[in-house]
Amino acid sequence: MRPLALALVLSLTLPGAAQAARTETDPQIAALAERIRALEANAQTLQKQAAEALAAAQAAQSELQQMKSTRKDPVVVDRSDEAPATAMNASANAFNPAIALILNGLYVNHAKDPLDYRRAGFPLVGEGGPSADGLLLGESEISFAANIDDKFYGQLTLALESEDGETHAGIEEAYVETTALADGFTARAGRFYSNIGYLNSHHTHTDYFSDRPLAYQAFLGNQYGDDGVQLRWVAPTETYLEIGTEAFRGENAPAAGATHNGVGAKTFFAHAGGDVGSNNSWLAGASILHADARDGEDGFSGRSNLFLFDFTWKWAPHGAFKDSGIVLRSEAFIDDRKGVVIDPEDPQAPAQDWDGKRRGAYVEGLYRFSRSWDVGYRYDRLWAASSGPYASDHDPQRHSIAATWHNSEFSLLRLQLARDEPQAHFLDNVLTLQYQVSLGAHGAHKF
Amino acid sequence: MRKLLLWMIVLLGVFAAPVEAKLRVFACEPEWGSLLAELAADTIDVDVATNALQDVHVVEARPSLIAKMRKADLLVCSGAQLEIGWLPQLLRQAGNAKVTSGAGNFMAANQVTTLDKPASVDRAGGDVHPDGNPHVQLDPYRVLAIARALSARLAELDAANAAIYLQRLGDFESRWQAAIPRWEARAAPLKGKAVVVHHSAWVYLLQWLGMREIGSLEPKPGVPPTSAHLSSLIDVTKTGGAIAIICAAYQDSKPDEWLAGRTGVPALVLPFTVGGDEQAKDLFGLYDSTIDRLLGALK
Repeated sequence: MRPLALALVLSLTLPGAAQAARTETDPQIAALAERIRALEANAQTLQKQAAEALAAAQAAQSELQQMKSTRKDPVVVDRSDEAPATAMNASANAFNPAIALILNGLYVNHAKDPLDYRRAGFPLVGEGGPSADGLLLGESEISFAANIDDKFYGQLTLALESEDGETHAGIEEAYVETTALADGFTARAGRFYSNIGYLNSHHTHTDYFSDRPLAYQAFLGNQYGDDGVQLRWVAPTETYLEIGTEAFRGENAPAAGATHNGVGAKTFFAHAGGDVGSNNSWLAGASILHADARDGEDGFSGRSNLFLFDFTWKWAPHGAFKDSGIVLRSEAFIDDRKGVVIDPEDPQAPAQDWDGKRRGAYVEGLYRFSRSWDVGYRYDRLWAASSGPYASDHDPQRHSIAATWHNSEFSLLRLQLARDEPQAHFLDNVLTLQYQVSLGAHGAHKF
Repeated sequence: MRKLLLWMIVLLGVFAAPVEAKLRVFACEPEWGSLLAELAADTIDVDVATNALQDVHVVEARPSLIAKMRKADLLVCSGAQLEIGWLPQLLRQAGNAKVTSGAGNFMAANQVTTLDKPASVDRAGGDVHPDGNPHVQLDPYRVLAIARALSARLAELDAANAAIYLQRLGDFESRWQAAIPRWEARAAPLKGKAVVVHHSAWVYLLQWLGMREIGSLEPKPGVPPTSAHLSSLIDVTKTGGAIAIICAAYQDSKPDEWLAGRTGVPALVLPFTVGGDEQAKDLFGLYDSTIDRLLGALK
């Protein structure tokens, strides 16, 4: 018995003794042992924490299950105390402006050479001429827009165009607009398209046809935009009423030469609109563009007043134009000028006095019969002056029909046929095939 | 002298009127118009911009809407980019700083968590909403959270009537809380049942009722149904045991009927929002009608 007891005692005490002996002899190992103990303790804590986390997760999961099964408590966050800001990514990119691209390509077949194109009584100004023949890249647009801060909104639209193998980049619009003026006022400064008429303030990619009406081409060089300022006001009335005024540098047609120390053009505009029942809406406007020109593209120097009247009627079942509807639109222009004309192609020719009126108008109708398809017809007419340097016996006119297929809001294909009679004995039948797409942010369109 | 005094009183009345003018609210969708009617009654004037037969994704920035926006003190919309095609334009044209941001700008989807938030955004995926599915009006719990937030907002903007808003919210809450279990009890047979949807506008309703969506007529959100895609749905609809093909009152139900004709599964038009059918006169009626119609498909 004794030896066994001894052995037991020895076996129990010896490791301790041995350890004690080693500890004394090797402090390094002691330190290591200490560290291992610390690590073990640490691991235990971690294990405990993990277990706790697991338990919490399980609890959460069971709670979620319970919520799912009973649905006594909504899975909602009441954020009524927070500011009503839209959720945003925390990255710096979240503040990047909205970027939109418009790409546009054409195949155009003219019966007559576009180089021979003359418009009787209306010299071609700005981009108001016919497009070239054949396969073409249309205007490509890049637009950046964002709220600048709590009081301002900014937009930049660049247009890229190739002409005769050269690429031109131009600033189409670059403006800053207020968002926080009181009582319905909005002010804008920079370069922008004037708010006169209907189509003028609309970018061409929202048009129903691949080109602008003749009146826009003849009187505004396709679209009137310039450097300037704008102030507009919306009345607090049941019927929509907006009035406004603009001052422009006066560099582009119908103005020219930035007269009056660079404030060469002024406008006034008023638009009114409303609904008739739930299927019909209308918008009407009257505007005036007063411009002074010095050596204009059409050889004109003097003052001009352009009066514009526009009217739009839209019918759509329940006001939902996306699937079906009809749009009727007309704009009338009266151009009243007083000054002198020097033939731009013959600068040596004597100046001729010019005091008179020319007019232009178009009527267009669009029938949208499904989400994907619409067809449109447009009649254009210009009335030339009967005497003076722009005199002509012929009044230019044009018929256009277009059929457009929309794959989505972001892409369309269009076939357009036009019968254009810009001068006597000159009939240009034009076939246009066009694609137009928009990439990226897609801003809301105006009515 | 007395006449002059009378005139002065009349004039005073005319000029004093705008001071006491009611809070004007612009509601983008009928469901929020109806909620405002529950929460405020005649202390506010509400303009509802759209009706149940309009697709709110594609409403136009009509002049009449600009005029209404111009006069609004508060804007109440679904948000989550549902109205992105027209609301920004209305705001920019109306020049009304009160509603462009801050307290006058109330977005319902911002008050609750949204479902279907996409991991990545690509137009090839159709009309996706980066902030999640905005059609939150068909989950009664979310509507309740929105009602609380909206009531607080009304009280903030119109402190004089704060007591009324509090009282009306209490009244609405008690009726709504009483209605939820009633709806859930009635809709119990719908649990686990499958449906084919026209547009992905029903996630909140289906989640609430424990139903399953097994297919969508639109190949991608916002992309109109194509014949190839519809054909591919015939099998899914039959084998998936769908009880109905559901679409909203504003949608063209022709593709739904085409699929119904080939599968024997009924096409079901649901009101989707207040005013979508006779019964959906208010939010309560909207839920009653929706559940009634779904139950009708079970028979």
